[in-house]
Amino acid sequence: MGMLPRTQRRALTLADVREILSAEVLVGSDLSGPVASIEAADLMSDVLALSKPGMLLLTGLLNPQVIRTAVIADLCGVVLVRGKKPAPDILGLARESNLALLSTSLSMFEAAGLLYCAMTGK
Amino acid sequence: MDLGMSLQELVRVHEVLARDFANAGRASTSIKETLKHLGVNPVTVRRVAIASYEAEMNIVMYANRGVMTLKVSPDSITLEVQDEGPGIPNIPLAMQEGYSTATPEMREMGFGAGMGLPNIQRNADVFEITSEVGRGTRLFIQVNHGS
Repeated sequence: MGMLPRTQRRALTLADVREILSAEVLVGSDLSGPVASIEAADLMSDVLALSKPGMLLLTGLLNPQVIRTAVIADLCGVVLVRGKKPAPDILGLARESNLALLSTSLSMFEAAGLLYCAMTGK
Repeated sequence: MDLGMSLQELVRVHEVLARDFANAGRASTSIKETLKHLGVNPVTVRRVAIASYEAEMNIVMYANRGVMTLKVSPDSITLEVQDEGPGIPNIPLAMQEGYSTATPEMREMGFGAGMGLPNIQRNADVFEITSEVGRGTRLFIQVNHGS
């Protein structure tokens, strides 16, 4: 967990995110995909207004609309913060939609901070 | 643009039920898949999908029921959304970013940011909204290919 060494600085992948956040992978067998950008949000309309394809969403919101929003907005994955674990119907929807879903015990603040540092090298 | 074999116009109709949060978004996901299978430009697909999803969520949250009609033609994609419900008393107010009449339950689900209608307008090349209080609201959304 933490920042990648300078020699390894490159575009983040979902596998990197899992390592940095010590996250559990709930859905997703292939984590090699790139993370184009990251947003931390609990308001789905904000996600739809501000997101770009390939974005990773950090959220504390736990309902089917998170998955639907992520699919509609072409996000690369969703990380649930504060150790949240979704109900089977949400896991099923993520699987059916082929959306990577991870869970970290970190708070939104900590997770966003670590990923910001890893992504920007600051 | 090439939509495939001898396709003049494709029409799909989706019915959306009020307060059906478990299925909310299903129609828009289906619309997105339809457009992807037709080979529509990914940027255009995303614009239509976002506009559709916001419109669908508005039906689920505020109306009694609604029908979403997707039409795909060589020049453009249109989505007509007609709902039966309370209607919108003040459309300019409803179009303001941040204005929302969402209930606490809706906000707990992550909606009610007041960005729904503005998000639709932002993603459309043509956007028309009409409403009658006590009857319902109609949206016409057009996204042109390659715009």
